[in-house]
Amino acid sequence: MTSPASAPRPRQSLRRHRAARPVLLALSLFLVGAVYAAVAPATTSSADGAADAQLIAQGKDLFAVNCASCHGLNAEGLAQQGAPALTNVGAAAVDFQVRTGRMPMGNPYAQAVGKQNTFTDDEINALATYVGSLGSGPKVPGEDQYNPDGLSAEDVARGGDLFRTNCSACHNFKGAGGALPNGFVAPSIEKTDPAQIWEAMRTGPGQMPVFAAGAIPDEDVKAVIAYVQQVNATPSAGLTLGGIGPVAEGFWAWVVGIGSLVLAAVWIATRGARA
Amino acid sequence: MAKPAQINPSSPAMEVRTPPQEESPSKLAAPAKWVDDRIGLAKLLGNIRKIFPDHWSFLLGEIALYSFVILLITGIFLTIWFKPSMTEVEYAGTYQLMRGVPMSEAFASTLSLSFDIRGGLLVRQIHHWAAMLFVAAMTAHMLRVFFTGAFRKPRELNWLIGVGLLSIGLIEGFAGYSLPDDLLSGTGLRFVDGLVRSIPLIGTWAEFFVFGGEFPGDLIIPRLYMVHILLVPGLLLGLISAHMALLVYHKHTQWPGPGRTQRNIQGYPFFPIYVAKAGGFFFIVFAVTILMGAFMQINPVWIFGPYNPAQVTAGSQPDWYMGFVEGAIRIIPNWEWHLWGTTWSWNIFLPGVGLMGLLFTSLALYPFIEAWITGDTSEHHLLDRPRNAPVRTGLGVAGMAAYGMFWLSGGNDILATQFHVSLNAVTYFMRAAVFVVPVLAFIVTKRICLSLQRADRDRVLHGSESGVIVRSPDGGYSEAHQPLSQGEAYTLTRHPQPAALVPNGKKVGRLRQRLSHWYAAGQVPKPTAAEIAEAAHHAAVEDGHDAPALEGGDSGDTP
Ligand code: HEC
Ligand code: HEC
Ligand code: HEM
Repeated sequence: MTSPASAPRPRQSLRRHRAARPVLLALSLFLVGAVYAAVAPATTSSADGAADAQLIAQGKDLFAVNCASCHGLNAEGLAQQGAPALTNVGAAAVDFQVRTGRMPMGNPYAQAVGKQNTFTDDEINALATYVGSLGSGPKVPGEDQYNPDGLSAEDVARGGDLFRTNCSACHNFKGAGGALPNGFVAPSIEKTDPAQIWEAMRTGPGQMPVFAAGAIPDEDVKAVIAYVQQVNATPSAGLTLGGIGPVAEGFWAWVVGIGSLVLAAVWIATRGARA
Repeated sequence: MAKPAQINPSSPAMEVRTPPQEESPSKLAAPAKWVDDRIGLAKLLGNIRKIFPDHWSFLLGEIALYSFVILLITGIFLTIWFKPSMTEVEYAGTYQLMRGVPMSEAFASTLSLSFDIRGGLLVRQIHHWAAMLFVAAMTAHMLRVFFTGAFRKPRELNWLIGVGLLSIGLIEGFAGYSLPDDLLSGTGLRFVDGLVRSIPLIGTWAEFFVFGGEFPGDLIIPRLYMVHILLVPGLLLGLISAHMALLVYHKHTQWPGPGRTQRNIQGYPFFPIYVAKAGGFFFIVFAVTILMGAFMQINPVWIFGPYNPAQVTAGSQPDWYMGFVEGAIRIIPNWEWHLWGTTWSWNIFLPGVGLMGLLFTSLALYPFIEAWITGDTSEHHLLDRPRNAPVRTGLGVAGMAAYGMFWLSGGNDILATQFHVSLNAVTYFMRAAVFVVPVLAFIVTKRICLSLQRADRDRVLHGSESGVIVRSPDGGYSEAHQPLSQGEAYTLTRHPQPAALVPNGKKVGRLRQRLSHWYAAGQVPKPTAAEIAEAAHHAAVEDGHDAPALEGGDSGDTP
């Protein structure tokens, strides 16, 4: 092994060359780009340039008709509508917002609520590709990123733990939803499609925080999705009374329990005695 | 050597008494006599013909008693498998969705009770529903006692025992709710930890005392277990026995009615009729709790998950009977003092410790306060109809309204999501409602009571509506009235009416005088005997008067 002192001088001077840093930076950027292009989800990378351009154009048209009134013609956001810029929200955000029927919005001054989605898959794809092409942001996930099939019981249980750590504070212990301050609500996610759960976590709609891949990798997202699906599919021990916990239980204890027992008491007391 | 003490031989105390020679009992009666000789069974059986009056509201206490028995039976079943330990284990049981999750042994054993023990889940659910009913029935029973004035002399002590039962019933329920160590109950314990710490000066010390160190520690579940299955049930049993003993000693109160006086009691004898009724009712209560346990899910701890201080869930609520404290804490503004570098936090102490203290203190003191206001020192074995004590009834309803508002506040998030209103709006509304609604409730209730009194008075004076509409010859319509039966008239008029204190000779403080005026004010005077006679006479005249009218006798327009 060579000691630092005996290291050959020319190499050191090469590293210290004025151009070294920019060149290295360019090289590494190229490398990242190349690797990314190789592994990025098929939805965007497999489309050839021409088809892509066509899709983007179609998306831009759709956007101009349905979305631009609030988000601006170039998705730059319109402050007076309270609508944010969409330049860096990513295709996944559009896919989520449109598929859950949140966008186009009815009333831009209240929380976006899920409704029936009226766009076809192709239209959504076009919209998402267009908005995705405007800047950075998560792409529409591939099935391998969210499909929870094939996880082991331990994985699903770990997903439950993750769910309780990250989500139940707002969405309740089984995803039935809950109230947030100032009139906002965290909606029920019991029936949300896996892809949209993935997208919600990655894009953080409305009041919800973003859960980035660095914090919760796709494997864990799958586990969370699996848990939400399975905990809602487990048979319950009787009527679930809304699955909202002790408030409903207390209510029914009075109505059914005390109610029926008082009726029984009235019956007994009016019965007199038959000798 | 000790000598026997000197006694006056003629002292009556020295008389030698020989037990009366007994005839040998018949063969059949011999075992009964054997027992009677030893434990005085005959005396006990004397009580067996005790009379109990019949009214549905007198059965509310029985619901509480029976649910307590059900709790004992189902609770013993649960103790066989429940492990009160906070030792951490990795779950390896049959419930897939917890596979490998770290949890306390208490939680793991609750899961195994629910999934692996035959009938375990059913018994857990019965136990929990019975606990909810236990406290609910106690509450309903207490309201019955309050609104009918059954707490008055000589029953004040039994009222106090009842207040004790209610308060430790809450503790018992809370301790039980905490045992499974799930996410909701752990959050509830965290809440209590906050309450304990909010006590000024000694808070932190008290927390360390209760939890054996910082929250959560690993002692609290074993300690609560001891409280839940030994200490409090023991106290409850003792107090319930005292409650029943005093009930037998005082005899039950009864509604006023013909033949019912302060000195007698009308009803069925305990044995055999009341036993049959009460025994039957026990089975009904048991059946209802079993049906609820079988068909209505309660406390599905496997969905909540094990307690983990890093986790919390939307919709974290205690069982209903702690909801009012939760509500008070949810709506109180953030009041704190910062003095000389110390923080005095009132936002938990006042609504938590303060409100519970206020509730139970005012419950305990009410009988004495009312007696002081009215100056009433007589015994009462006949109940008040709530309308005949308008201020008391008003206060009771106001108290219920305040409790109800706090209670609703405890579910402010559920109200917000279920009725699509803003959480903040609910909270601000409740801040005002806890003060305004009780006042409105008092005013409205008192008015209703007074108009019911007026209706009673009219009924006594003019009789009951017969439903027969009579058309007079000049075209007017009126409803014929029927005179009341003697019995009903008696029932409607026998009650004493509260009167303002008159300081005859004795000095009566100003506050007390004011309160007593307020208590008695506005009552509709009962009809006097003279008024009743007058009304009866009038009615008779009217009848006689009507008859000729039918013949057209006094109509102005007959030709
Ligand atoms: C009526 C006005 C309005 C219309 C029309 C509308 N939006 Fe929005 N959009 C909003 C508002 C306001 C928000 C922010 C609300 C929120 O965060 O919940 C928003 C948020 C979004 C977001 C989320 C941005 C983020 O930061 O994650 C996306 C994506 C989006 N809109 C896409 C669309 C698309 C695509 C359309 C057309 C199909 C559309 N919107 C139509 C008002 C509108
Ligand atoms: C701070 C509270 C908060 C947390 C924590 C949170 N969410 Fe949300 N979530 C929300 C809110 C608020 C919305 C509604 C967004 C909107 O207004 O459009 C939402 C929406 C969603 C939706 C869309 C549901 C639908 O069908 O409309 C999903 C899925 C979702 N969240 C999943 C999750 C998951 C999974 C986690 C945990 C990793 C999580 N959320 C954590 C607040 C939260
Ligand atoms: C007297 C009134 C009582 C009340 C109000 C009460 C209330 C409760 C409640 C609310 C729970 C939580 C139940 C659940 O987890 O679903 C509980 C659990 C439990 N109770 Fe009681 N209980 C009472 C008496 C008793 C008695 C007398 C015993 C035993 C002798 C007992 C033994 C238990 C045990 C072992 C548990 C934990 C097991 C489990 O939660 O599954 N209880 N109790």
